[in-house]
Amino acid sequence: MRRYSAFAIAREAFRHHLGWERAWASPAPKSRYDVIIVGAGGHGLATAYYLGKNHGITNVAVIEKGWLGGGNTGRNTTIIRSNYLQDPSAAIYEKSRSLYENLSQDFNYNVMFSPRGVIMLAQTEHEVRGYKRTAHANALQGVTTEFISPDRVKDLCPIINIDGPRYPVLGGLWQARGGTARHDAVAWGYARACSAMGMDIIQQCEVTGITAQGGKVTGVQTTKGAIGCAKLGIVVAGHSGVLAEMAGFRLPIESVALQALVSEPIKPCMDVVVMANTVHGYMSQSDKGEMVIGGGADGYNNYTQRGSFHHIEETVRALIETFPMISRLKMLRQWGGIVDMTGDRSPIISPTPLGNCFINCGWGTGGFKAIPGSGWATAEMIAGGAPGPLAAAFGLERFREGRFIDESVAAGVAH
Amino acid sequence: MSTRLGTGGRLIDRTHKLNFSFNGKRLKGFAGDTLAAALMAENQMLVGRSFKYHRPRGIVAAGAEEPNALMNMGRGAKFEPNQRATTTELCEGLTAASQNHWPSLEYDIGALNQYAARVLPAGFYYKTFIHPRPFWKHVFEPIIRQSAGLGQAPKDRDSDRYEHFHADVDVLIIGGGVAGLQSAVIAGRAGARVLLLEQTAHWGGRAPVDGVEVDGQAADIWINNTVQALEAMPNVRLRARCMGAGVYDHGSVLAYERLTDHAPQTDAPRHRLWKIRAHQIITATGAIERPLSFAGNDIPGVMLAAAIRDYVVNYAVSPGDRTVIVTNNDDAYRTAIALHHAGLMVPCIVDARPTATGALPEQARALGIPVKTGTAIAKVKGGKRVTGVALCQQAGEGSVTEEIACDAVGMSGGWSPVVHLWSHCGGKLNWEDQGQFFRPDPARAPISHDGNAFVSAVGSADGHMLTQAVFDSAAAIGTEIATRLGRKVATEPVNVTGPQEQPLVPVWVMPQGAPVEARSKMWLDFQNDVKVSDVQLAAREGYESVEHTKRYTTLGMATDQGKLSNINGLAILANELNARIPEVGTTTFRPPYTPISMGAIAGEARGDIFQPLRRTPLHDWHEDHGAHWEPVGHWRRPYCFPRGEETHAQAVAREIKATRTSLGLLDASTLGKIVVKGPDAGRFMDMLYTNMMSTLQPGKCRYGLMCSENGFLMDDGVVARIDEDTFLCHTTTGGADRIHAHMEDWLQCEWWDWKVFTANITEQWAQIAVVGPNARKLLQKLGGGMDLSASALPFMGWAEGKIGDFDARVFRISFSGELSFEVAVPASQGRAFWDALHAAGAEFNATPYGTEALHVMRAEKGFIMIGDETDGTVIPQDLGLGWAISKKKDDYLGKRAQERAHMIDPARWKLVGLETLDGSVLPDGCYAVAEGVNANGQRNTQGRVTSTYHSPTLSKGIAIGLVLHGPDRMGEIIEFNKVDGGVIRTRIVSPVFYDPEGEKQNV
Repeated sequence: MRRYSAFAIAREAFRHHLGWERAWASPAPKSRYDVIIVGAGGHGLATAYYLGKNHGITNVAVIEKGWLGGGNTGRNTTIIRSNYLQDPSAAIYEKSRSLYENLSQDFNYNVMFSPRGVIMLAQTEHEVRGYKRTAHANALQGVTTEFISPDRVKDLCPIINIDGPRYPVLGGLWQARGGTARHDAVAWGYARACSAMGMDIIQQCEVTGITAQGGKVTGVQTTKGAIGCAKLGIVVAGHSGVLAEMAGFRLPIESVALQALVSEPIKPCMDVVVMANTVHGYMSQSDKGEMVIGGGADGYNNYTQRGSFHHIEETVRALIETFPMISRLKMLRQWGGIVDMTGDRSPIISPTPLGNCFINCGWGTGGFKAIPGSGWATAEMIAGGAPGPLAAAFGLERFREGRFIDESVAAGVAH
Repeated sequence: MSTRLGTGGRLIDRTHKLNFSFNGKRLKGFAGDTLAAALMAENQMLVGRSFKYHRPRGIVAAGAEEPNALMNMGRGAKFEPNQRATTTELCEGLTAASQNHWPSLEYDIGALNQYAARVLPAGFYYKTFIHPRPFWKHVFEPIIRQSAGLGQAPKDRDSDRYEHFHADVDVLIIGGGVAGLQSAVIAGRAGARVLLLEQTAHWGGRAPVDGVEVDGQAADIWINNTVQALEAMPNVRLRARCMGAGVYDHGSVLAYERLTDHAPQTDAPRHRLWKIRAHQIITATGAIERPLSFAGNDIPGVMLAAAIRDYVVNYAVSPGDRTVIVTNNDDAYRTAIALHHAGLMVPCIVDARPTATGALPEQARALGIPVKTGTAIAKVKGGKRVTGVALCQQAGEGSVTEEIACDAVGMSGGWSPVVHLWSHCGGKLNWEDQGQFFRPDPARAPISHDGNAFVSAVGSADGHMLTQAVFDSAAAIGTEIATRLGRKVATEPVNVTGPQEQPLVPVWVMPQGAPVEARSKMWLDFQNDVKVSDVQLAAREGYESVEHTKRYTTLGMATDQGKLSNINGLAILANELNARIPEVGTTTFRPPYTPISMGAIAGEARGDIFQPLRRTPLHDWHEDHGAHWEPVGHWRRPYCFPRGEETHAQAVAREIKATRTSLGLLDASTLGKIVVKGPDAGRFMDMLYTNMMSTLQPGKCRYGLMCSENGFLMDDGVVARIDEDTFLCHTTTGGADRIHAHMEDWLQCEWWDWKVFTANITEQWAQIAVVGPNARKLLQKLGGGMDLSASALPFMGWAEGKIGDFDARVFRISFSGELSFEVAVPASQGRAFWDALHAAGAEFNATPYGTEALHVMRAEKGFIMIGDETDGTVIPQDLGLGWAISKKKDDYLGKRAQERAHMIDPARWKLVGLETLDGSVLPDGCYAVAEGVNANGQRNTQGRVTSTYHSPTLSKGIAIGLVLHGPDRMGEIIEFNKVDGGVIRTRIVSPVFYDPEGEKQNV
């Protein structure tokens, strides 16, 4: 793999960029791999990457029904934060955030991680208490957060209206090292790095069946033929239930549409990410200048990547009250993604009833920020055959035992 | 130069001059102009700078597809960035400024980027700015952000109003060109309820500009007659300046009406958002012309051929004195002919096709316009304005055959149907080789709830580019839709006279063999600076999916959303991948069709009423008496009532003291009140609550707990049995709507055969807690004949009767630990009752108290508060509420869940009281630390604070919390953390700090 750098660009400029090689290869599937990962989104590709990087397992295929990074990885609002309340969540999201800090350097692809800071607004007394609790929990979890005053909120984000009228800002939970990244670049960077390690990324290849013998997985049936494997990782987010059915088990997952929208681009006016959970909306400004806006998930189950307009309406109303200046901006584009939600809104990283078959799903509305940590933990589980410390609490058995990891206090809204 | 012609202009009123300004220059135009037309009439072709290279940008189009002419418009509270000059109607006093340049439009420092363009190809930022790591955030990103973006950010709160309309129609027709009008006539005559929308201010679309004759008369005459006929039909509504923005599931459509953008002094809402339910939708959205890709096609003065025709015919504006037309089809000849008829010079028509022998080319030749077939533009010359073109053979590599001086170029690469609205809700497309475009596939239309198609396309939106075919398709679809709706249809054939056209020849790069130097100067996306070479680079690097290419190059992601660039980009990508265009496919079309204002989306719901605002009958009294408000759900509740210079804490302390020593009054009206009624009500209540509710006697109250299916405590409150088959369930203020929905969920989905009704009657009653040692005396003083003695109305009893003149339900319940009566009166009597309590209570120092005093007093008593002691992970057993869980019942919601391994684990955190050793108040949300760290390096914990207050009654900090094995560890001292890393030594005590024997509340 040729390294990317300013020098490489200058060199290529002389020959009009005709000499760039492919970012990732496009091979035909081999008959067998040590590990097959189904799903070439961020989580699947990151899993493959850390299998190679941390565990030396490179005879790996990542199989994708459509195009890599074409699902929720490319549809989210790119927020990265780790100010979670419960220990297992804080551990994996903080691992993820810290990996993001060096990701561009790690695989020589600029994912534009921008640690510009995330504020979660407290707009009720209840939220004030909740975020103070999170700050205390984070202090013990090694996550740097701070409960800040309304004036500090205004300093960090001058376009915000802290005086109400309905929900004056009473403070905020500030994570200075949270931020955003370029979502597509995360998928592309991982794909390029996986390909460079000799892994096969096989796009436009749909898994149609999972084969097993003696209670253990032996391979997958695909639209490009049967492919054998010693271990299988299912990392397909919204369609996890479909793959689980092929593997012969059921998942406590519901799929719903989550929507987002962007405004037309304007000159920089907002340097931080702001989340307003009481009114259900969050906003940041992309490097292109678009205001990137998200809200809550639709209230009904759905597989179409569209949503209903009334959610957009509620989100925009809430954000106009929070940021009055956006009233005269225009919505450029709205879109939806299908998020896979568990009963406790926390993910599943788990072995499954089928031997040597592992699953990573249930990231719900918060998956993008988790990509590196999730890949790290899933790779550790697949390589070692059992979950490591980061994944231990996220097993499927927690639903049977009632050992929920409920973040509803800290994450009352999609994120 | 571009200028106003002496005559003509079908849309302008030369008698009505308008003043406007552009970049501070005072300019003039006519009523009927668009801003773009007026600017061009004043020779202002340069109107902006591109996004990435800051290249000079001129007006390209005449409609919604314009990528370049974006303006900062207006001032102060009416300032708006990124307004399209081509869709902005000129009005008196309009102020516009160009965007994305510094220090000026003409001399822009950022334009240096274009000299570095060679090292700034698509995706360059993924390959560099990687080291050193801190530089991205602190150096590179700020520079990129500053040079990106377009318009300025608004600063002030919007002073305009917006509103929403709702409509339900049989047929919604989007697009008021001749296809839309013809469809509307047919559907309207058939009696269907029709709504016809047109995004511009004018009906008829392109037909008049194209010189079509309908039924032997100029198109304008047919259009006027048809509009009049439609306006006369009571079942038809027409809306101009109203754009179909998005099509959603089940025939739901969003439309965006611009009411006063063209008349800003009018006292009316600025925009109106229409939410339309349509049984059938007809998209008559027309087609958009495609640019051609030749070197320098982005220089100001290069425009779409049809747009030039629009400016000449509609506004009498000539984009240039000498205009070269370059085309691969017959339609562009119309522009050459129109220019000629306007007395303007067309030095030549450059036609990439080997021959051009159709009626229009012959007509052009007959007018003496040179036609050069098989020819291409090798290069456009000029910087901020076209100065000439160099020609070459289309079949070659670009060796220049001749140069022609000109100041404008009209280009036409063919037309693409506007399929956006068809596609929003899942309509699929077919590739049409003849016209080289995607068109709707009627076999794969958007499907409604009943399994039938609900969108149809007509006219050029369906790929019919000849006017006769446009009318025919509109008639056919109009008839089909009306018939589908069960209507009888009578159609009259419409006859169109116009020249036949010869097919176009696909030309995606000009000339065919252009070298890379030329391809890196051929723009696909003018706003985002995406060139032919960029798409080719993306394909070469493996970004082969059209979605990858789009995202890697930003093709089609500008504010025009690719209306001009998508098909051209797809064709380049397909060619690079050796695939056919339909194999590459399109990107997804997302609403809205063109950007719509956030203000319109929000509508009337702004400020105080951006969400529903719920007020208790006493709300105004609280407001008048200086309440400090706390939002709780959609309510506002008084947090406290500060007097004079009091701080909130002092007010709370005073309110508590008054209540504990004499008399306090609380507006408890927001408390949820849900009636459960019916023969199966008891059975239902037993499932809903952990307690046994069916055995509750009429006249009695019981404190009940509700759990989720997963066993977690979700709400609590007092249940009163009204009569044998009626229960009144009190819920938390925030929980009322959720709990009512929860009840209905179970009744409707699971126990649909149970004979139970529920009703949320929260707002029907004003409820006032009369609390304190003098509570009974006050109520007795009001008279009314109810026996409120301890024996007649004991603790946890309730009675109905008169308090004074008021119809009251009196509940002997207490959330403060004091003698307490919660008195509910009909909402209409609430304010009078409250006033009466105050008047009679003066002698007892009756003191209104707020939510904070309520919270402190309940914490002093060790009562739990949903949302404080619970957080979705807590079960009643954790809170010492095992007594409220019936052991006699077979089942209740959450029972099975509470038998799971983790729930019956003895090592759970359980409710205790907490007192710091120094009497200070524990910080909100702190954790009890334990020894060591866990496998992820996090400090181990053994509990947490759930409520912590200064108790004015006890003059010290009190707290309750959940601690591992807590109730077994009374007296033990543990440490709670501070955010700065310190700890607070704290003793585990009983959670009941005040009156543990309950002597106060049971008197």
